Amino acid sequence: MSEELAKKEWENSFAEDAFEPLPEDEKNGEKIVRKNTSYWKDVWRNFKKNKAAMVSLVLMAVMVLFVLIGPEISGYNYYSNDYSAVNQGPSTEHWFGTDNLGRDLWTRVWAGGRVSLLIAILATLIPEAIGMIVGGISGYIGGKVDMIIMRIIDVLMGIPSLIYMILLMVVLGSGNIWTLIIAMSITGWMGSARSTRGLVLQLKSREFVTASETLGASPAWIITRRLIPNTLGIRVVGITMSLPSAIFYEAFLSYIGLGVTPPTPSWGQLIKAAGEVFRYYPYQFIIPCLCVAVTMLCFNLIGDGLRDALDPKLRS
Amino acid sequence: MLKYVGQKILIAVATVFVLATATFFLMQLIPGDPFANDKVPVAVQEKQRAYYGLDKPLGEQYVIYMKNLLKGDLGYSIKKTGRTVVDIIKEAFPVSAKLGLFSLLFSEAIGILFGILCAQFRGKWPDYLLMLVAILGIAMPSMVLGPIVRYVFGVKLHWLPVSGWGSFSQMIMPAFVLGLGTVAGNTRSMRASMLATTTQDYVKTAKAKGLPPWKVVLRHQLKNSLVPIIPNLGVQIASVLMGSFVVESMFLIGGLGRYFVDSITNLDYPLIMGLTIFYGTFLVVMNLLVDILYGLIDPRIRVK
Amino acid sequence: MEDKKILEVKDLVVSFDTFQGAVQAVRGVSWYLKEKETVAIVGESGCGKTVSIQTVIGLNPRKNGSVKGGQALFEGKNLLDLTEKEMRDYQGNELSIIFQDPFTFLNPTMTVGQQIMEPYLQHNKVSKQEAREKALEILKMISLPNPEENMKRYPHQLSGGMRQRIMIAMALICNPKILFADEPTTALDVTIQAQIMELMNSLKDKINTSIVLITHDMGVVANMAERIYVMYAGEIVEHGDVDTIFNHPRHPYTWGLLGSVPRLDKKIQEDLYSIPGTPPDLISPPAGCAFAARCKYACKICKTQKPPRIDFEEKEHYANCWLNHPEYIRRNGVVRREGGYDGE
Repeated sequence: MSEELAKKEWENSFAEDAFEPLPEDEKNGEKIVRKNTSYWKDVWRNFKKNKAAMVSLVLMAVMVLFVLIGPEISGYNYYSNDYSAVNQGPSTEHWFGTDNLGRDLWTRVWAGGRVSLLIAILATLIPEAIGMIVGGISGYIGGKVDMIIMRIIDVLMGIPSLIYMILLMVVLGSGNIWTLIIAMSITGWMGSARSTRGLVLQLKSREFVTASETLGASPAWIITRRLIPNTLGIRVVGITMSLPSAIFYEAFLSYIGLGVTPPTPSWGQLIKAAGEVFRYYPYQFIIPCLCVAVTMLCFNLIGDGLRDALDPKLRS
Repeated sequence: MLKYVGQKILIAVATVFVLATATFFLMQLIPGDPFANDKVPVAVQEKQRAYYGLDKPLGEQYVIYMKNLLKGDLGYSIKKTGRTVVDIIKEAFPVSAKLGLFSLLFSEAIGILFGILCAQFRGKWPDYLLMLVAILGIAMPSMVLGPIVRYVFGVKLHWLPVSGWGSFSQMIMPAFVLGLGTVAGNTRSMRASMLATTTQDYVKTAKAKGLPPWKVVLRHQLKNSLVPIIPNLGVQIASVLMGSFVVESMFLIGGLGRYFVDSITNLDYPLIMGLTIFYGTFLVVMNLLVDILYGLIDPRIRVK
Repeated sequence: MEDKKILEVKDLVVSFDTFQGAVQAVRGVSWYLKEKETVAIVGESGCGKTVSIQTVIGLNPRKNGSVKGGQALFEGKNLLDLTEKEMRDYQGNELSIIFQDPFTFLNPTMTVGQQIMEPYLQHNKVSKQEAREKALEILKMISLPNPEENMKRYPHQLSGGMRQRIMIAMALICNPKILFADEPTTALDVTIQAQIMELMNSLKDKINTSIVLITHDMGVVANMAERIYVMYAGEIVEHGDVDTIFNHPRHPYTWGLLGSVPRLDKKIQEDLYSIPGTPPDLISPPAGCAFAARCKYACKICKTQKPPRIDFEEKEHYANCWLNHPEYIRRNGVVRREGGYDGE
């Protein structure tokens, strides 16, 4: 076999330099260099592939648009009663109909959306910020400080935020948007603190932190400029996911009588008021319910999409 | 295991202590006299004041309050004249517990089943269908779902009673409304957990033994997939409890949740305080039990 | 005298579709195994040795067409033609495998006893009691201390060496005809490695099993195998019996692997040799010799043309390398392993 093969090869007569040593620089001549895209561009490219998340994003944008301009284009305000037009179904006059006091529901739904979304956004971002700072300090400084902060968080997280929230609302007095936001902020920062601390612990031994340290940067600077910005990417999913729960908390507190006081509308208020007359005036109930459902669904799907897009394991 | 449990108990005790203290001082922040109310007989008002020692300095009040708590004495309701908070809890808690347990069992069973099916049919139509159901559950909080379910099955179809408590048929709707929110969460986490175990090395070992797929799933993946979702149980108990406030009011069930909502509407402060502390303690104990269960299922934690 | 071939793999081609393209993990590999023989497949991690045996025993999903060609004849039957269901009758029964890492390949929430009994219960109609007795018998054979007690334990309660013994017991309980051992000692401490190797060597005599040993460690091979296939970048680059491969290796990659073995007959101060560079990207494998980029002796032709298989005077010894080509030898002379027996 080998002789036969050798003979055949012989006849092929090799090139003059075929058996010259291969120069070192030609050995790896065929390396493929993959295009280096920036982190967020990469995330966006992956996010765009997720159809459900993209539809949600568009839907949410439309929703926000209506919430912003809705109350302005109806020609009514959200608080004026009109006893000549009580509990009317949707019509050209009142696009979403009217409630038991003859108030225009189109205006109330979108004005309520302003309240609900404002509460949701602030009640998500404020505790997130508090949590990031506490978690950043805890993780970066470490040692005793870390231990004490973490034990405090363990204790505070032992009871679901809801119990504190109700207590705070009772004490602070319900009815005000800001009381709601404050109550949710006081009770909601622990989760974010824990997660940020975990991320900071991973990051703090990395070169870019050591580099800042050797250059004499203060701990506060390192935490706010180096560590927290690097945890943002991962926390963004958590933030998106806690928006729907803030929407839910608002609706829940309104339902048990601790939400904003009438006549100020919120989605929770509208659902509570209409739930009682659902049998007779379903439109009053279904519209705010749809708003809440769509918002919660969209934020959840966007969160899912973001998580997949950010997950390096799924990235190709 | 002992050290693990000991640590958890220590945190639980601290949590209850912090909660009680916070409740006490927060109540002090309420402007004016919480017991001054025209509708309440003066005699009851006096009884309340004496009970809380409102004439004494703050420090002493705190000591009295904590002593009463340790004795299991939560004071008197203002609105339900003559009844102690403990009485109310004794009467109403079993109702809530039954409802909660029933809905929790429903949501765990369905959620785990859905999760396994989704993972097995990953990327095919059963996966999409079940995930759609699950995701709708997330988007439909109980105050939205409740009236719809009541209207459809109670008013229109007359299949189930619209309200009340006692018979099994009266339990179905509230338990379903209460459980659906957690079904969604359970399905999602079970699916993720099952998918995570599919790529584990020991699953490859199981396949190399020539086991059929269902044996691989049930014997090797299921228990390991349950481990990471057990800690969720604590959160779910809390969410069922929170949901019970809405569902019990909606379906006119005389459970603890309804009393709590009523106490808030009536500004029945002693009842609010008492129930808050009771709920807090209850959840802390539940979390403790979940932690211990976690240790029992995952033998690795037991040793640590 | 002709031994029967129990397993023969012919021209096996396996590739996996990934987002970046098809990874050609195994590129036309042929090897065989005789009854009661131990064969070693040697190469660095990622060279396709694990993929090729997992394909043979049906642990790689076949549905998405990862097997692109070839045959795996077990007792004359092509395993690659079987459905997953048919394949399950062989898995854990006639064909069993010992995995690399006893830490991750054992189910953490199941007692080791249950795990050992599982394949026996699956493939035989026996009661649990019989399975337990069989498991105990196997555990005694592999000399696990306190077998009865240890069967009730969970994997994390056992040491690494004990866990690997459990893996071995699990693989042997059905008296397999072929035992595949995928880097059985890599994840263990050095002293434990020696124990496990010793155990496997002693088992070879006790049971009538053919063994396919996969490893990157030439030291392990020397102790156990009768023949060696050297694999690189999804191809077999050299084959021969143990003596031939150790004493007269003809492929520079084999030289590299041999250089990585500490040898007692060498002066201590001599540095342990390691092969520079990393294996090529198998999404777009090089046109010529895959090893050229890392080869000290690479010629211009190595980059453009695949080296032909060249057979040598020893029995079944062959290598795929231009260095052995008559034309190379005519122009440049004979090149042999530096410091090896041939070169001395």
